[in-house]
Amino acid sequence: MIRRRTFASSLLAAPALWPLRDALAQTPRDTLVMAAQLDDIISLDPHESFEFKGNETTTNIYEKLLTTHNTAPDKIVGELAESWEVSADSLTHTFRLKAGRKFASGNPITAQDAEYSLRRAVTLNKTPAFILTQFGLNGQNATQMIRATDERTLVITIGEPISPSFFYYCLSANVGAIVDSKVVEANKQGDDWGNGWLKTHSAGSGPYVLRAWRASETVTLEANPNYPGQVRSRRVVTRHVAEPASQLLLLQRGDVDMARNLGPDQLKSLASDSAYKVQRSRKAAVIYMCMNQRHPELAKPKVREALKFAIDYDAIQRNIVSTTYDVHQAFLPLGFLGAIDDKPFRFDPTRAKALLAEAGLPNGFSVTLDYSHIQPWSDIAQAIQATFGQVGVRLNLQPGEQRQVITRMRARQHETLMLYWSPDYMDPHSNTEAFVSNPDNGDNARAKTLAWRNSWSVPELNAKVAAAVRERDAEKRAEMYIELQREHQRTSPFMILLQAIEVAAMRAGVSGLDIGPINDRIYYRETTKT
Amino acid sequence: MRRARLASFGGWLVTLPLTLLGLLLVTFLIGRVMPIDPVIAIVGDRAPAELYERVRLELGLDRPLYEQFFRYCAAILSGNFGRSVMTSRPVLEDITRFFPATLELATIATILGVVAGVPAGVLAAVRQGGKIDQLIRFLTLIGHSVPVFVLGLVGLLVFYAKLHLVPGPGRINVAFDDIVTPVTGMLLLDAAFQGEWEVFRDAVGHILLPAGVLAYFSLAYIARMTRAFMLEQLRQEYITTARVKGMSEMRVVWRHAFGNITVPLITVIALSYAGLLEGSVLTETIFSWPGLGQYLTVSLLNADMNAVLGATLVVGIVYLGLNLVCDLIYRLVDPRTR
Repeated sequence: MIRRRTFASSLLAAPALWPLRDALAQTPRDTLVMAAQLDDIISLDPHESFEFKGNETTTNIYEKLLTTHNTAPDKIVGELAESWEVSADSLTHTFRLKAGRKFASGNPITAQDAEYSLRRAVTLNKTPAFILTQFGLNGQNATQMIRATDERTLVITIGEPISPSFFYYCLSANVGAIVDSKVVEANKQGDDWGNGWLKTHSAGSGPYVLRAWRASETVTLEANPNYPGQVRSRRVVTRHVAEPASQLLLLQRGDVDMARNLGPDQLKSLASDSAYKVQRSRKAAVIYMCMNQRHPELAKPKVREALKFAIDYDAIQRNIVSTTYDVHQAFLPLGFLGAIDDKPFRFDPTRAKALLAEAGLPNGFSVTLDYSHIQPWSDIAQAIQATFGQVGVRLNLQPGEQRQVITRMRARQHETLMLYWSPDYMDPHSNTEAFVSNPDNGDNARAKTLAWRNSWSVPELNAKVAAAVRERDAEKRAEMYIELQREHQRTSPFMILLQAIEVAAMRAGVSGLDIGPINDRIYYRETTKT
Repeated sequence: MRRARLASFGGWLVTLPLTLLGLLLVTFLIGRVMPIDPVIAIVGDRAPAELYERVRLELGLDRPLYEQFFRYCAAILSGNFGRSVMTSRPVLEDITRFFPATLELATIATILGVVAGVPAGVLAAVRQGGKIDQLIRFLTLIGHSVPVFVLGLVGLLVFYAKLHLVPGPGRINVAFDDIVTPVTGMLLLDAAFQGEWEVFRDAVGHILLPAGVLAYFSLAYIARMTRAFMLEQLRQEYITTARVKGMSEMRVVWRHAFGNITVPLITVIALSYAGLLEGSVLTETIFSWPGLGQYLTVSLLNADMNAVLGATLVVGIVYLGLNLVCDLIYRLVDPRTR
């Protein structure tokens, strides 16, 4: 029996619960709220940032001289540059800046800012700087090689003649961001070029300004009043929500407008609900498996070919990653100049066994697989283990933390390994160099490409990579990459398995998110909600 | 007696730094033998060889281990905990941001756990074998056995998604971002001190579910231990004597039996509190709570050793501090320990 005193106490306590319902506010009308995993951001200085979410954030704050639109990723367009030209010897590039443009601070954008920014990028020499320093630019020669000749003209001289489009794609990466030199200089400490300040502040001309970044918590952007184009959402708040299940609940309750990391199971639960929609865009990242050529069995060409026929690519895509990956078997992701959609490999255990027998291994062999323990790699690894088992290859799984797996690969301690690779910029040379080029296979090589990490070096292919990056004619260049990919599929120790799909789940009234193939091509400015 | 107290205090003064030094040494060595390259955590996988080598030298990784450790300790003594790779901020600044969030959550969870768990444990012991005892044991068994992340997800699904009783993950609604100036770092206190009652209400709403989940977790342990302690006391002869003398059951249980379990119960509560203070990484992950557990775990997985060592030091100080507080409370509640 409930005592009167207890009942009265409960009645008095009940209103205390009421204010909590007020706390269930929907997202503010002029603010786009996204749930995403934000814990990879280590800096928002565009000349230092190189992580997925860091790049996505800085691309909405800064502009570059050149860029590409996601509707036509193979076409270079001017962002701050009005026009550009290259000398006959392909060494000197001249850019004319647009007139009348301003930074968020109100300062005019001049060629001196562009000069400062690019010199800053190569002198600071942080992680993404290699995108520019590969053209022979560095802290010692930047003052000679990067010069503003007047208020609107910037001249860049590079070290070697290369395909102009290659250079322009690299300038369109976030490391080519143009910063407000006056603001950055006013906040520098010692000779740090303002790096300490710019990690957590902004000085750009893009559609948004950084209002606040709280690590592993939120990133808040506000519309730049000096941006000439339309910016539909006044604020964009990205909340760090590590758990995809929590992201789904937040989306369903209306506490966020968009969830950026839902897995296949969560996406399936939204598929039949008209209150939500899922935007899918092809991404440039690929999942690959590789074979260390220091392993005697894996060094045999017939064994490499056999293992390529021992994976059920379609079943993996259909059963494990149906909404987040597509089967793709070439090192250039679709959407890049010269990318091919050839899929010469399918699961064929009979053929795989025959190839192993030809290689002198009729009873198969044992080999280890290193991979990241998180999904979907864990499920994919088990699927590969099962199909390898059918052809007699005993695959011993060695899951690990992603950085641990990368460390093993850089030390060339793996046998086989599965990982994820995303290009650094929108030019085919990025992935080509990674997957093919290995001019020095020694332990102290400067360039530790993926090919080097697997001890695979083919001088003829190295020469073709070097030739392709110098080719000025776009069509001829594309043909060269097509040939390289087909040769790579036949002979390399790499199995490209899948190409990623960027998935954003959102309320039905949200639209305008522009998702490109790499993280510095994801734009918020057109995003709106009803 | 005074000499004994001074000796005891002196012993503590010696033990504290030695314990912390040992803790740092072990953590440091673990960090160095982990198969994760700390340079990669800073420069990334794509960095050219020159940058990799430059950063490796800047981190002092070319020096012998003992020299690296000695330099780190020397820096700590001058208040320099180094800079975190993951946040780009001084580690000390990070800890002053993340630790209060954990302190707030752990304190409320422990208070709830004690307020519910201790009476539940006493009730279960007094009604041993009965329906109430069985119910309490069943509920505490769930709290003790079910993984905390399952409790958290189920709690979110039921109380947030289905019943709409509490807000979702996070510390505060985005509409209230940056309204309260962080002074203590504990949002409830800061909002109350600054008179931001709407923010306060919102923060209460947000902390209720994660604190409730952790409270259930603590309550289960505290209730079961309380029950075990009480049962042992209730079997003693002095309890029988007290009942025979006609003392009321309430007085027998609370004045006599409970009085004799306060010392071990304080230890149990302190251990439970310390366990929460070091950061419940799974709860913090599910509820997007920016606390020390998540900070420490993400730092460890990224080989961000400055952050790991700094956070480990804080955890060590917390445990030692709680140990000292418990010793002082023992002296207050039990004259025999004076």
